[in-house]
This record gives sequence, C-alpha cells and structure tokens, in this order.
Amino acid sequence: MKAFRSVTSPAVVLDRPDVDTDQIIPKQFLKRIERSGFGEFLFFDWRKDPAFELNHQQGRILLAGRNFGCGSSREHAPWALEDYGFEAIVAPSFGDIFRQNSLKIGLLPVELPAEQVRDLMERARAGEELTVDLEERTAGGYPFALDDFTRDCLLEGLDEIALTLRDEAAIAAYELAHA
Amino acid sequence: MGRTLFEKVWDSHVVVQGEGRPDLLYVDLHLVHEVTSPQAFEGLRLAGRRVRRPDLTVATMDHNVATGDDTPADPLSEQQLETLAQNCAEFGVPIHATGSGREGIVHVIGPELGLTQPGKTIVCGDSHTSTHGAFGALAFGIGTSEVEHVLATQTLQQRRPRTLRVFFDGELAPGVTAKDLVLAAIGQIGVDGGVGHAIEYAGPAIERLSMEGRMTVCNMSIEAGARAGMIAPDETTFAYLRARGVATDERWRELPSDPDAVFDREVVIDVAAVKPQVTWGTNPGMVVSIDDVVPEPANEAAERALAYMGLEPGTRIRDIHVDRVFIGSCTNSRIEDLRAAAAVVRGRHVHPSVRAMVVPGSASIKKQAEAEGLDQVFAAAGFEWRRAGCSMCLGMNPDVLAPGERCASTSNRNFEGRQGAGGRTHLVSPEVAAATALEGHFAVPA
Repeated sequence: MKAFRSVTSPAVVLDRPDVDTDQIIPKQFLKRIERSGFGEFLFFDWRKDPAFELNHQQGRILLAGRNFGCGSSREHAPWALEDYGFEAIVAPSFGDIFRQNSLKIGLLPVELPAEQVRDLMERARAGEELTVDLEERTAGGYPFALDDFTRDCLLEGLDEIALTLRDEAAIAAYELAHA
Repeated sequence: MGRTLFEKVWDSHVVVQGEGRPDLLYVDLHLVHEVTSPQAFEGLRLAGRRVRRPDLTVATMDHNVATGDDTPADPLSEQQLETLAQNCAEFGVPIHATGSGREGIVHVIGPELGLTQPGKTIVCGDSHTSTHGAFGALAFGIGTSEVEHVLATQTLQQRRPRTLRVFFDGELAPGVTAKDLVLAAIGQIGVDGGVGHAIEYAGPAIERLSMEGRMTVCNMSIEAGARAGMIAPDETTFAYLRARGVATDERWRELPSDPDAVFDREVVIDVAAVKPQVTWGTNPGMVVSIDDVVPEPANEAAERALAYMGLEPGTRIRDIHVDRVFIGSCTNSRIEDLRAAAAVVRGRHVHPSVRAMVVPGSASIKKQAEAEGLDQVFAAAGFEWRRAGCSMCLGMNPDVLAPGERCASTSNRNFEGRQGAGGRTHLVSPEVAAATALEGHFAVPA
C-alpha cells in the first residue's frame, strides 16, 4: 500500500449527496483484470457534462457530500480516484465499504461534521489551499478521528496481510478450537 | 446484559482484539466471483502467497455471463470469466462455472447449496452479500484488497459496527411483498441511515416471511447504507436448510437476540401502512407507493434525479409508461419470485410496447421453474426466458437498457446508468413488475 502522511493542495468541491460508486466508475470499466489505469474513466458519464465540477477544478483533495461512495463494493472506485490524482477525500460520511476500500489503498477518507466540510468547501472555492495531515489527524485545521492501527498502517504504507500474518498462531489456534 | 444476534456472531469470530486496533475477525465462508477477484489473486501471486482455506472458499460466474444465445459475452467479459477459472484451478478453489448446472448469482447459490448457515461469518466482493444475513449469518460485502486479505489469511481487520434494529410492526396488507417492506424501510431510514451499522430486521411481518422473502429484505440492507442485515434464525430457516440436506445445529437456537439486548438505535416501520412500492428517482430511498404521484423535489439532488428520470412532479405513478421489464437479480430471482410473477401473467400477454425478460437466479432455479412449467407460462405471455446470471441488474453483460429507456425492475439499484448509460430504472416487486409488463404502465396484479 502507498504510504500517506500529508497533502497540501487546492481542493475540488463536489457538493452532492449520495454519490454512488456506479457514478465514480461505471460498470463497463470493471471488466479489466488490472489494478491501474482507471483514472481516465473516473465519473465517465458525468464528465460528459461540461458543467460537471471535475471539469473545471483541479486538486489532490476532494471535498464531497454526505454518504460519498455508497452502493457497490467495487474497489475500482477508489482505484479510479487515486489514479486520477486524489490523495484524500473529505466528507460528512462515506459508504462503509468505500471507506474501507480507500483505507486499504492509501486513499485517505476523512470524516468531518457537515458544517466543517461546508466551511472547507467555502475556503476551497475562495482559492485557499488545504492541508490534510494524517500524523496530526487534521484536515483544514479540523481534527478528525482514525484509530491508531489504521493510521500507522497508512503512515508506513504497511502491507496489511503481512501484519495479519503476524497473528498466524492466533488464527491457527482459532481454527483448531472451531474445527 | 443480553446480547444481540449480531453481537453473538461477531464475538464468537474474534481472533484477536486489542486497544486502538480493529478486531481480527475469522471468516467461515468466502464467496468469489469474476469481477472483484482477479486483482486479488494477482496480489497473492506477486507476494508468493497461497489461499489459506480453499475449503472455505467457493467461486461462481455471474456478473458477466451472457444469459442468451442471441447476445454472446464480449471479449473482455470472456477474459474475466476465463481468468477466474484459471485462478481457481491454480489456487485450488472450488468453482461452479457456467454450464456446471450449479452456477448462478453468488447470493442465490450460497443458500441454495446449503453453504449459508446461521451463525456463520460470510463475505464476498459484492455489496449484496448482506443477503445471507437472512439465515442469521453475519454477511457483508468487501472490496478487492479485502478479498485478497481473506484469501491469504481467512480473516479480516474489521471495526465493529453499531447495531440498528428495524422493527416491522403490524400485519402485511394483501398484495404487499418483502420487496415493498424493504423499499418502504429504506424510504424511511434513508440511503445513509444505516451507515456504520449492522441491521437486525425483526417483528411479526418478518417472522412470517419465507426464506426467499427474508433474503430479499436482507439483500437491500446496503441500499440503506448498512453493510450487513440479519434476521434471527427460526423453524423457517431450519426447514429451508433441512430441505437442502443441512441438519439443524442446536446451537443455532441460541443465536436470536436476547430479550434484554440493547440496540444502539431502533426504527419502527408501520407495516399496515405499507403499499406496493415504486422508486421514482436515482437511489432506492427515492420511493413512493404505487398509488402516489411523483413528488415535488425537496432539494437539488431530487431535482437532478427527476431530470435524469424524465419525470414531472405530480404525475401519477400508475400513469408512467415503461419500455422494459426485468424480473431477476440477487434481490428477486428465486423460485418463489418466479412463481409469483408467473401467477400474475398466466394466460395474459405482455403489452405490445414492452420488452420483458425473466432471468432465473441460478441454473437450479431455472431447472425447477421449467419442471413446474413456469417457463412456458412466461413464454406464452411474451416474456423472454433466459439463463441464470446477474443480467440487467447491472448491465455488465449484453442485457442493458438503451439511453432513455424506462424499466420496471425487480433489482436493487436505480442509480443513474446502472442498467445501461442513460437508462431509467424503477425498482418494484416481482408482482408489480409482472402486472406492469401486461399493462405497459405501473400496475398491481388484477
């Protein structure tokens, strides 16, 4: 996994609720058996609209509405966002599976109260660069929650499978007890 | 203090627990399909890892398969299906491939083969894995990185979700189905109402549902934002499993939530007020009863949804005409769904302006339906009778809507473009889908 420490960048504002992963990466692109190259298909259908937010904003931080990434479990959605150039997404809430998938690939989902996200959106629209700092656990100056284990995995870009395999004895014991 | 069904299953699967870290949870059953697994197997290969428990892993082909000879799979789909077959052979994972007679939608075959059982933890790289919760299993969707993690370790690092009980209070009115119950619940809870939660569905209306109905309800948990939805196992559950050669484990009787168990949240649905449901917008929470009208948009998202759907506020739902009808998907493609739809269309004919198709959820359901003559009923009524697969639920295969086409669909998602770019999806029950096919506009069975 790619390590994440902090990012300072202009932010892209996508102020829509319930953006589902079918919009982030439509199904016709899920047939690839590779993990890379999804960025050019990000928001494939919405990008056909010249007024679509991503067509006239740039940045490595995405500010999104509540329940971002709801719906399908496709990890292709965070792959596409990451491949497109985003490093962190700040929203009032995320789809559970999307949030988990993002954490696994080093794309940082940051949950903040809606009014704080609103404030960040206004600051971004005014041209302010924002900083998302994982070590400090802050986004645009607002503190956010993330458990230590997950934070450390991200900071170091650790291979979670290798970490879990350190618990091999416990897994084997569980299997023995439940055989 | 008593514990909930969810807590009992979770607690009994914790391998390692510690401060400041997610629980390490053991996985009893890992279901695999062609779309979300190729990169996971590739990850194993690159790291020189094996599949830890191929005996707890089962693969099938569903998302991409062509459901008719008129429309073969495209080369990319063929490559993905072939990749799954190769990966399963290389890593020793059992697979129910297309043509084996045991293939079908992953969430249909798990229960059908008796693999889905009370108290198990079940995962799959598919958000509708919540379906298996109908048996009192803890079942949830995962992404490809987690698929790889489970393949390699048979465990997952998981944050424990909060618990939400959705209590269905009162009696179901005639003509109202499990699909209507869950759509009404999503309408009430909202599409993000269950985020961060595992749902338990309870109440007399749930207890009276068949296993097929319970699977329909649990299937759509993710549409309310919840990764998992569960129903307490009971005699209905045990009878379903016995019919599939699975003996009742007495420990299953201890799984239901204790009377003094406390849920983090509770929502009550007034069942008597629920009528057949039809979605009008671009997420499953945008839903009204078939007797209602298209609502005035309450916000920008609703305005966008109406524009996409090509609908005017105030239009009676029953006056909306459809071009297509799809009966199928992991939500509503089981034998009971097909029987219900067949009963509606028997001796009648699909409206001349509608193209309608029925896609059974598995090869075994297809066979069963054909033994009962349901295929003949559908064919005589003008429905296409197709082979098992995900089909038009997500249009990863040749079954898609053309831009602007309007579809009454028994599937689970009405997202923009879900059934084909520009396609307009209305989610309904099999009974409403069947009646709508006959009338050409939204209707309930005569």
